[in-house]
Amino acid sequence: MFAYIVRRLALMLVTLVGISIVIFFLLRIVPGNIVDILFDAAGFVDPADKANLERELGIDQPLVLQYLHWIWGLLQGDLGYSYVSEKPALQEILPRIPITARLAALALLFSASIGIPLGVISAVHQGTKLDYILRVVSLSGLSLPSFWLGLLILMASVSLFGNIPIFNPNPKTLGEMFTTYCLPSMAVGFRSAALTMRITRSSMLEILRQDYIRTARAKGASEASVNFHHALKNAILPVITVVGIEAAFLIGGLIVTETVFNIPGVARFLVEAIRWRDYPIVQNLVMLIAVVVVFANFTVDMLYAVVDPRIRYAD
Amino acid sequence: MRNVRALAAAGVFVLAAGTVALAGEPKQGGIFRIYHRDSPGSASIHEEATYSTNIPFMPVFNNLVVYKQDVAQNSMDSIVPDLAESWAWSGDKKTLTFKLRQGVKWHDGKPFTSADVKCTFDMLMGKSPQKFRKNPRKSWYDQVADVTVSGDYEASFNLKRPQPALLALLASGYTPIYPCHVSPAEMRSHPIGTGPFKFVEFKTNESIKLTRNPDYFKKGLPHLDGIEFTIIPNRSTAILAFVAGNFDMTFPTEVSIPLLKDVKTQAPNAVCVVEPTNVSTNIIVNSSSPPFDNLDIRRALALALDRKAFVSILFEGQADIGGTMLPAPGGVWGMPKEMLETIPGYGPDVNANREEARKLMQKAGYGPDKHLAVKVSTRNIPVYRDPAVILIDQLKTIYVDADLEVVETANWFSKVARKDYALGLNLTGNSVDDPDQSFYENYSCGSERNYTNYCNKDVEKLFDEQSMETDVTKRKKLVWEIDKKLQEDVARPIIFHSRMGTCWQPYVKGVTIMVNSSYNGYRYEDVWLDK
Repeated sequence: MFAYIVRRLALMLVTLVGISIVIFFLLRIVPGNIVDILFDAAGFVDPADKANLERELGIDQPLVLQYLHWIWGLLQGDLGYSYVSEKPALQEILPRIPITARLAALALLFSASIGIPLGVISAVHQGTKLDYILRVVSLSGLSLPSFWLGLLILMASVSLFGNIPIFNPNPKTLGEMFTTYCLPSMAVGFRSAALTMRITRSSMLEILRQDYIRTARAKGASEASVNFHHALKNAILPVITVVGIEAAFLIGGLIVTETVFNIPGVARFLVEAIRWRDYPIVQNLVMLIAVVVVFANFTVDMLYAVVDPRIRYAD
Repeated sequence: MRNVRALAAAGVFVLAAGTVALAGEPKQGGIFRIYHRDSPGSASIHEEATYSTNIPFMPVFNNLVVYKQDVAQNSMDSIVPDLAESWAWSGDKKTLTFKLRQGVKWHDGKPFTSADVKCTFDMLMGKSPQKFRKNPRKSWYDQVADVTVSGDYEASFNLKRPQPALLALLASGYTPIYPCHVSPAEMRSHPIGTGPFKFVEFKTNESIKLTRNPDYFKKGLPHLDGIEFTIIPNRSTAILAFVAGNFDMTFPTEVSIPLLKDVKTQAPNAVCVVEPTNVSTNIIVNSSSPPFDNLDIRRALALALDRKAFVSILFEGQADIGGTMLPAPGGVWGMPKEMLETIPGYGPDVNANREEARKLMQKAGYGPDKHLAVKVSTRNIPVYRDPAVILIDQLKTIYVDADLEVVETANWFSKVARKDYALGLNLTGNSVDDPDQSFYENYSCGSERNYTNYCNKDVEKLFDEQSMETDVTKRKKLVWEIDKKLQEDVARPIIFHSRMGTCWQPYVKGVTIMVNSSYNGYRYEDVWLDK
């Protein structure tokens, strides 16, 4: 098991180095830089001013030097300065992380707490009206884009409550907390919940046909025990995989949801930073997301080992 | 030798003050909540060229003179003293002297003096050791030889030649006075001014907060305790939030005509106005290479335009057709309608114009069997893209098959500057409704913003002539003559001048949306909340 963890960690390190190179150079391939954008807004270019600014920001240096400078800073905890706000990148990024983390965690929680039970119910009641209704719900969840759902929620809030859940950094009441975080999480987590439900259902259906399930029933185990203790425990592995992958993909949904709900999180900030070609912000944020995704995958792998002893022993 | 205009303006203000008094006694207090359309690049007005910066930060500052904030039309008659107590022109009209207010303090407590005026304009003219990162309006002061001071409370602008319009440029929201003792870098992130509101914080992509300046030199002002801008780039969310009452006002001149209908339906009590923005949508033609080096084809292009169709489709009829200068009633310098209609392409008979255009195209070798294929380049933003699509459709009527080429914002200017386009659809905003700002910037030989490289020495002489003319009536006639010539030369065919909406809640009082500039009316010292 120890060797397995060490090998996985080494692989993670190599992956992160590769990602850093890809992030850095892909960003530079995109036409236009911060100086172009700053001067574009003014509608003219004074070549001397432009050169001065490029020198000041260090983007006149060779790319390899710029890359090494970034990595060296990163290793020392220095993320550089935002080109736009001229504040330290860490100072700009840090306060936004908890906001997005809370949203992502809530969305995943919503996804798992809704998707898994409904998937089990759907599988257990296969072919019934309830199953059909739940399948329609899950299909609609997969089909509805989160920005559309978000806008619908906002419009419903205006017409039903005469208010709109505009982000409040310090929610004081439970209601404020609910509107600040839960509504957006539901908008972004609905699709994941639908996917989780479908995977749970199909996995459960496969397991429920296994011989050992029939044996459990023959031994007189209750339906609840058969479904949740015997079946779900073995059906959960692909669900964990999907939830892990969804955690990685969640950032895409969060970009849209944070924009629609006007939440000043990491995802929306990233889009703005890309628009300005604010390299220190973009490359550090994408790197952060890469680290989260790599760790999420690592955690999923570890969970496999916990849930399925064969993986541990095989290693 | 006090300027007569100042006295006339003072008269107007006495009348205006009377009107305000009749409208009700302003109430003190309250936070004015506005949503902001995007996160401004910085807080430094002098370094930016977008009203995304002016709107939140103009209340932090004062100018020497300013357009009176409750008069909708900016003109020489609506300029009032701000940090200056009075101004006077010398006999030869080459020196403009300001007597400054005494006892004014910067928000950090330091005293305001004439040195700050000199510092500001030395930096703008590139004569100061301290430099702006960007200086987009340096050319405004091309005729200023230097700024000199006499004691702590007098500053003079010494001009190379008479330029009455300098006063108009100084009255713009783009011309605040900066403190000498604060660096340009600090002004980008934490501006210090003398204005009615002090800067509190600017959280990128989140919010901008201002608080009342209790030591403001205009006694009894401002009425508000503060102003908060919440940055909401998503227009649907922003409008919904306004409708729900989360905001007291929309971002000024940002509500499109179709959206305005939604607002009026969902918030029937909201006060909404639609005003010209002094932003023209125009065509940039690359006349330095084929096929548009051929004047006949350029003229055919101008004749093919059905301006009313643009206005009808995009603005439901609520936009203005004119030349370079914004037409009346919003604009001060626009050509009269009768004169405008004598220009090719502006006549009411679109079919006749297009018939003439087709003849010109045939003369150039194109016709029903041989169409001209071109690309129409434009920025990938709806306000650019939508009219470009209509333009492409209209060009089909004169044997031109055009394709749309959308260009990302970051690459738009460099592409235009390289002349890497045949036809482009462009927007030109005028922060000051004055020919000096528009003509020199957009049509002068060698100007950096003269994207089409139009250069006509005779017209250039007329630019200078109108610029030096002190008689407004004579100047207006010269301006019309120049504008007509620019349209006839197809220098940068103007399609329309846009109008946009602004809405506020009924309890918001004292808001005036300017009708000939989107850059000058955001001091907010007179705004109050009746609740």
